Amino acid sequence: MTYSNRVTTMMTTTLSRFAQRCAQATLTLGALAATHAAMAVNDLPGGPAVNQLNLHPPVTRIGVEQHFLHNFMLVVCIAIFVAVFGVMFYSILKHRKSVGHKAANFHESVSVEIAWTVIPFIIVIAMGAMATRTVVAMKDTTNADLTIKATGYQWKWGYDYIKGEGEGIGFLSALDVSHRLMSDSGKPAGDNYLLKVDNPMVVPVDRKVRIITTANDVIHAWMVPSLGVKQDAIPGFVRDTWFRAEKIGDYYGQCAELCGKEHAYMPIHVRVVSQADYASWVDGKKKEMAAAADDPGKEWELAALVARGEKVYNANCAACHRPDGKSTGPIKALDGSAVVLNDPAGQVKILLNGANNGAMPAWRTLSDTEIAAVVTYTKNSWSNKTGKLVQPAEIVAARKQ
Amino acid sequence: MSAVLDPHGHASPSDHDDHAHGQPYGWRRWLYATNHKDIGTMYLLFSFSMLMVGGVLALGIRAELFQPGLQFVKPDLFNQLTTMHGLIMVFGAIMPAFVGFANWMIPLQIGAADMAFARMNNLSFWLLIPAALMLVGSFFMPGGAPAAGWTMYAPLTLQMGPSMDVAIFALHIMGASSIMGSINIIVTILNMRAPGMTLMKMPLFCWTWLITAYLLIAVMPVLAGAITMTLTDRHFGTSFFNPAGGGDPVMYQHIFWFFGHPEVYIMILPAFGIISAIIPAFARKRLFGYTSMVYATSSIAILSFIVWAHHMYTTGMPVTGQLFFMYATMLIAVPTGVKIFNWIATMWRGSMTFETPMLWAVGFIFVFTLGGFTGLILAMAPIDIQLQDTYYVVAHFHYVLVAGSLFGIFAGYYYWAPKWTGVMYSEFRGKVHFWGTLFFFNLTFFPMHFLGLAGMPRRYADYPMQFADFNMVASIGAFGFGFIQVYFFLAVVVPMMRGKGEPAPQKPWEGAEGLEWEVPSPAPWHTFETPPKLDSSATRVVG
Repeated sequence: MTYSNRVTTMMTTTLSRFAQRCAQATLTLGALAATHAAMAVNDLPGGPAVNQLNLHPPVTRIGVEQHFLHNFMLVVCIAIFVAVFGVMFYSILKHRKSVGHKAANFHESVSVEIAWTVIPFIIVIAMGAMATRTVVAMKDTTNADLTIKATGYQWKWGYDYIKGEGEGIGFLSALDVSHRLMSDSGKPAGDNYLLKVDNPMVVPVDRKVRIITTANDVIHAWMVPSLGVKQDAIPGFVRDTWFRAEKIGDYYGQCAELCGKEHAYMPIHVRVVSQADYASWVDGKKKEMAAAADDPGKEWELAALVARGEKVYNANCAACHRPDGKSTGPIKALDGSAVVLNDPAGQVKILLNGANNGAMPAWRTLSDTEIAAVVTYTKNSWSNKTGKLVQPAEIVAARKQ
Repeated sequence: MSAVLDPHGHASPSDHDDHAHGQPYGWRRWLYATNHKDIGTMYLLFSFSMLMVGGVLALGIRAELFQPGLQFVKPDLFNQLTTMHGLIMVFGAIMPAFVGFANWMIPLQIGAADMAFARMNNLSFWLLIPAALMLVGSFFMPGGAPAAGWTMYAPLTLQMGPSMDVAIFALHIMGASSIMGSINIIVTILNMRAPGMTLMKMPLFCWTWLITAYLLIAVMPVLAGAITMTLTDRHFGTSFFNPAGGGDPVMYQHIFWFFGHPEVYIMILPAFGIISAIIPAFARKRLFGYTSMVYATSSIAILSFIVWAHHMYTTGMPVTGQLFFMYATMLIAVPTGVKIFNWIATMWRGSMTFETPMLWAVGFIFVFTLGGFTGLILAMAPIDIQLQDTYYVVAHFHYVLVAGSLFGIFAGYYYWAPKWTGVMYSEFRGKVHFWGTLFFFNLTFFPMHFLGLAGMPRRYADYPMQFADFNMVASIGAFGFGFIQVYFFLAVVVPMMRGKGEPAPQKPWEGAEGLEWEVPSPAPWHTFETPPKLDSSATRVVG
């Protein structure tokens, strides 16, 4: 008796203390939520919504089916859950010793066991059957109107339009550098935070687009939830998936397979445009590419090459080596680096082939002029004032070695 | 007097004149331990300390994810935290905890004097210590700990620093330890049962561990193979998984998950056994469908070998591959459902009381089933295309590994610790621990379902602003969850180890059955030195 009394008093006092603490915690939480509200953010159409509870609104047939299947499964599972745990909680309430319930003595029944084996079996097979058609449809990448190769790099995407209207277009698509810096500052802002890229993939509406994935270094995954696609991009292998977007708009996704340090910073942005807009985009992109095509034989002036190199550096190198060249830890600093200052051949070799088992990726995909420009930039920036110049022709030669 | 730590509290070995060898005291007792109870205790303490280490790493992750933007850790350290959290929890916390239970309870439950291979038992425990030191120590190596995820997918592993090799070595050692532990358990169960304890009268905990031990022996060498190939790819110029030399990174995933899927059942089957002991004890009614429980467990084990590629739907499997693995995976729901139904039928029309072990057991059934349902949803290939590698998966496997395995471990602790220590835990503190854990667990992991559905990828150090609120809730929950486990250790475990509390009767639970309740509390240092004579149900000693 005394023991139970003691326990009861203990419980009461502790409970009241607990209640006080809960109230405090709620206040703290409320305060946190208030500071949080200051960082106002809105839904991003085609990307995540604020506190979104379900899958993205789909804009492809596969996406619609995935959505339907998920909702269907959710309803069935909740129904089973309620039924099974209804029984359990009924039993917990009624069949307890404290209400005087005496234990029954049954402990087996073959017919019941057979019933609750066969019925779930039928249910799961039926569930599988519902999904089968979608699985087959998902994997049917034939008869595409447009084929685009998506190549995963650490840490950006490369898009090459290899068949269909726009054939021959190719570009890299990386996170906007300002977003990476915002992340480091710890004070992010914006509805498209970490989802803004420099060059989105552009595709026409209502056309079957086949995406071929591969990767340059490690496995990445190309995911766009609204389009209902996620496909690993595997180095040395090609895989494919497809979508036919039924609505014009911008759709966002992110890399979905751990690919190293900057895994969180290689978003995907697909812009779906009308057929006419797509044609004019292709036209513009082709002209732009023709204009940008560099003659690797051209002799550059230092200032022009440094200016060009700064753009290349910010788009490709700044994420790891920092805009001020003062990276730390396993990533080598470029500011004051002996290799950068005194070893032009060694630096070019590292750029072309990578280093540290790919921790520094190979940058062969950059053009000769771009590599020459970025090397020259690093030799003439920050505290590096060598005045040395590396011409594109030297890169052409280095590539042949 | 400490009951667990001091053999004087037991019928001390020196009381036994017929005992030929001298009994080591002090540190020798633990370093040279061959007694299954001592080794079981060491396993449990080891796994709890690993739980704390892995928990601190998890809190590092959650602190960083409390708000968008990078506040505390840089992305490379973040990846090290996720990787090491996974490895330490799986190989350091959950698996050794169940081996600790096996060591303590299997000889007591089958009426054996000790484990079959007492010295190998010692070795399999002590191997864990250097392995754990290497794993944890890898944080202090140049370049930091491995950061390729606990799944260690190639070719990312090829980019890792020297700590990757250390982790591979540590896993080899832990694998060897697990295999030796499994051999010991199998031989003990098959050879050392007391006369009359037939296989089909054996407690379900022994059954589930017998099946688990076979799974371990089957798959640990597969993991060893996968990581050895990774090692030779890194240093000896082979190209098993290195695409630069014509290797196949997807092959690594096939091999890894051929280990990895049975591994998840290795981590849950012993918990099923614990729950199957507790539910009948507190319902005061025999376990419903004992035979079907044995068959269901075996079916789960067999099916676990043919479902591995459901972790790989997005690698680009052909249609037939996706369909096969989808149907095979969904089939696992059938035997798992049978177990849930059997437990509920055991509770049905029983005479239930809800002491702490029963609360954990009911909590286990309730929350584990939630994880089972999300597993069913993930098994559907088209839905998995949306959810693979998002927080939905993180939510799913924490519902089955924390609310499943860890809840099972806690249930077992409260159920059997009075037998180990000779004192009762504080019922009030046990309940605080249970309700606190249940609340904070759901606060942490339930919002992750929403994050995953909204497409937030896992292993991200930073995320779009729209995900901020749920991440904040999850982080708050995680810290609460962590603190309540510290409370458990300080308020429940430590007092019991120091022998503080009401003395435990030989059988503290009215409805409990089994040979472990036929020996005094605390269990003497040596039990069943001569095989006991059993009654026809093999649950009581008759002479």
